[in-house]
Amino acid sequence: MSDTINISLKVWRQNQGEEGHFEVYQAKDIDTSASFLEMLDVVNEQLTLNGKEPIAFEDDCREGICGACGVLVNGTTHGSHEKTTLCQLHMRKFKNNEQIVIEPFRAHPFTVIKDLVVDRSGLDAIITEGGYVSVKTGNAPEASTTPIKKELAEAAMDAAECIGCGACVAACPNGSAMLFTAAKVSQYALLPQGHPERKQRVEGMVGKMDELGFGSCSNEYECAVACPKGIDVQNIARLNREFIKASFM
Amino acid sequence: MKLDSKIPEGPVAEKWTKHKLNVKLVNPANRRKYSVIVVGSGLAGASAAATMAEQGYVVDCFTYNDSPRRAHSIAAQGGINAAKNYPNDGDSIYRLFYDTVKGGDFRAREANVYRLAEVSNQIIDHCVAQGIPFGREYGGYLDNRSFGGAQVSRTFYSRGQTGQQLLIGAYGALSKEIKKKTVTMYTRCEVIDVVVIDGQARGIISRNLVTGELTRHVADAVVLATGGYSNVFFLSTNAMACNASAAWRAYKKGAAFANPCYTQIHPTCIPVHGEYQSKLTLMSESLRNDGRIWVPKAKGDKRPANDIPEDERDYYLERKYPSFGNLVPRDLASRNAKIVCDEGYGVGPTGNAVYLDFAEAIERVGKDNIKAKYGNLFEMYNRITDEDPYTTPMMIFPAVHYTMGGLWVDYNLMTSLPGLYAIGECNFSDHGANRLGASALMQGLADGYFVLPNTINDYLASEKIPKVGTDHAAFAEAETVAQDKLDKLLAIKGNRTVDDFHRELGLLLWENCGMGRSEKGLKKALERIPQIREEFWKNVNVPGSADDLNQALEKANRVADFMEFAELMVKDALERTESCGGHFREESQTDEGEALRNDDEYAHVATWEFQGLDKEPALHKEPLVYEEVKLTQRSYK
Ligand SMILES: Cc1cc2nc3c(=O)[nH]c(=O)nc-3n(C[C@H](O)[C@H](O)[C@H](O)COP(=O)(O)OP(=O)(O)OC[C@H]3O[C@@H](n4cnc5c(N)ncnc54)[C@H](O)[C@@H]3O)c2cc1C
Ligand code: FES
Repeated sequence: MSDTINISLKVWRQNQGEEGHFEVYQAKDIDTSASFLEMLDVVNEQLTLNGKEPIAFEDDCREGICGACGVLVNGTTHGSHEKTTLCQLHMRKFKNNEQIVIEPFRAHPFTVIKDLVVDRSGLDAIITEGGYVSVKTGNAPEASTTPIKKELAEAAMDAAECIGCGACVAACPNGSAMLFTAAKVSQYALLPQGHPERKQRVEGMVGKMDELGFGSCSNEYECAVACPKGIDVQNIARLNREFIKASFM
Repeated sequence: MKLDSKIPEGPVAEKWTKHKLNVKLVNPANRRKYSVIVVGSGLAGASAAATMAEQGYVVDCFTYNDSPRRAHSIAAQGGINAAKNYPNDGDSIYRLFYDTVKGGDFRAREANVYRLAEVSNQIIDHCVAQGIPFGREYGGYLDNRSFGGAQVSRTFYSRGQTGQQLLIGAYGALSKEIKKKTVTMYTRCEVIDVVVIDGQARGIISRNLVTGELTRHVADAVVLATGGYSNVFFLSTNAMACNASAAWRAYKKGAAFANPCYTQIHPTCIPVHGEYQSKLTLMSESLRNDGRIWVPKAKGDKRPANDIPEDERDYYLERKYPSFGNLVPRDLASRNAKIVCDEGYGVGPTGNAVYLDFAEAIERVGKDNIKAKYGNLFEMYNRITDEDPYTTPMMIFPAVHYTMGGLWVDYNLMTSLPGLYAIGECNFSDHGANRLGASALMQGLADGYFVLPNTINDYLASEKIPKVGTDHAAFAEAETVAQDKLDKLLAIKGNRTVDDFHRELGLLLWENCGMGRSEKGLKKALERIPQIREEFWKNVNVPGSADDLNQALEKANRVADFMEFAELMVKDALERTESCGGHFREESQTDEGEALRNDDEYAHVATWEFQGLDKEPALHKEPLVYEEVKLTQRSYK
């Protein structure tokens, strides 16, 4: 059953090219069955009617799958460590009169565009270097000629569940994109379709990650704790193996 | 306007093969002299952009998202159909074709649907080659599940995230071409107009959402892959930013709009909770494979579900439709949920919900099996509602989900505006008046990987497309119009927010142009929409400026188009006095309360042509000719 609570928000506000700062807003009578983003909607409606600019934040699917949402809530990516994206976090997780601090993802390669919106295009740039199988439309053989062991298919799917939200980068003390990159490398390392390009893939993607200034991995594993999809750190070990193998290829 | 569907001659099973032979081709060495703009990077857009780039065309691709991977297609859960017949249960291209035509309540073009069924198998081959981790059996072969409206298992899936995996596959294909610099990707760029020069679509005006800058882009052809318009209802299962603007503005530039009243209401969504609600969440239709839908037999029964004994439950779909049971097509499942709730049997705090119960399935196959199949959906349900569907039945209610209507296209997927193509959900072509589950992903990828890359050759090879630059007056004019509109929105500084107006419009449509439609309700909506629109333009409050990231302005610009589009949708619904598929006219039903079609008067595509802002749009009817399939009253009993 739903209840209402009052919340005090301390929100990071920043315009492009300017210094940011915190502002405090009161969110009154928030229904506990509302989602976190719906709470922000309510606050934004009030800000608008009071002649202020609403808080810019990113979202789209609000179903935990597009990876667009994500901010730091009380210092935690997506506000929870329960395999939940911000859009799937509900206000019943908060207490009446609690103060919530909301900031953008903080990581060296993620520059702030406005308020809580950051530039995560570096993640796309990493994929561009090989996060796929280069098959042209029309090349494919009949699907059933490629049987794949169920366990492998399932393990590949575990890795493929990454939504590209960047929480792993924001949670890492070094701002590394290792878990993100490893998930993609793993998916194709596990499947026969990925094998012909495995060398270029791992070298290209890791090279791009370094070039863009993502930090290196020092096995803190904060990334896996932060991941809303539960991507396993084992993938990082697999990436490392792929990387070593590649140097002999 | 003369509509020529360009359906090839000959038997339905040979049309596509013959047509591919007949289309003119551009010599491979010449292809890099041609440029194509693709608006949208969902399944349809990403697959089309990648494939055309592979062929050698120069492609510019646009999305308002920060990455192509975030397109709304990512949210599709249940699966994708194909006529592989791997389970050996009697499936075939013909059966998939037949089921789709029948499921669409005989309001789709035979030739298009047959082609869709025909290329469905190639899609699966291609996606497997891309390394998409589809669900497999222990022998290592691909597994299938069944979906509503079919008596065979033909749906391929990746857990409950099929759309995600297919989109990541298409995004991979796109990334491969971005790396080769054959595709230039424009992210955080919203296309706000189509530019027409001498009767041909020749480019677009795009707005950079970060800097606010308007830019002009010229090409030899423009492809819209911009998705559906469900968000006109405010509450729908679509992603927050989904909108109708690109298609609507194309309509105003001369592309006809077909069947706008055909919208799909999905039966299994999480019911509305409260005022603050921003969107609705779908629970995949695949759940109906194992979940049983019921309401208490007594009106207003407030006991918890588990306290209601078996013989006091009404499994109304199993009762009314014994041969399809819980797997009837979506329109029937939705309408029946509305009927039982309207009659007072609904459950939950609002009375607008029915149960979807897994107790029997869990007993039959075990909790682990159910978890393996639907684990992520159950988790999602639990997260949103705080209830555990393993022990208590889910509560569900229908929600707006998909739009079968869209830009009119011919067999080549070209709109009535030469050089402008529409693919994926944004065209009207393949689903008639109701789409079967797992067929949208199929259609988006069919259009993008296999159909458009063939048919667009014909236009590029045979039309005279003169060289023009972005300094052409038509670009300047379109840019000025776009800028003026943004400035106007910002200048109003009224007393109501954009969402507030959008919610009002959406509720009006839901009540009068939703699951049940009547002349009275539609006329009421037609009277109200212009009033809401007028107030919007006087009293909306859009804060901020046009020169940086301004999400309120983006929304306002989209809602302004919904305010116009809604009127066309309602007009179309009023014009079609029959019931068919998702369009249920209360005046037209059988004695048993089923949709009653009127094939004599309505076996046509209702196609609307823009005539100017203050003029009534013109209605053109493209007759639907059935050569293969006999029109019958749909029965799922
Ligand atoms: C929750 C949910 C579950 C679903 N499950 C299934 C399923 O199991 N099986 C199935 O077959 N179908 C399913 N569907 C339907 C299916 O997902 C969609 O119909 C399909 O993905 C649409 O693909 P698309 O490429 O046409 O459009 P979209 O994926 O909507 O992509 C539209 C693209 O256009 C871009 N765009 C739009 N307008 C502009 C503009 N003006 N400027 C720049 N870019 C623009 C967007 O950024 C986006 O990239 C589901 C739908 C929903 C909502
Ligand atoms: S909004 Fe899509 S994952 Fe949160």
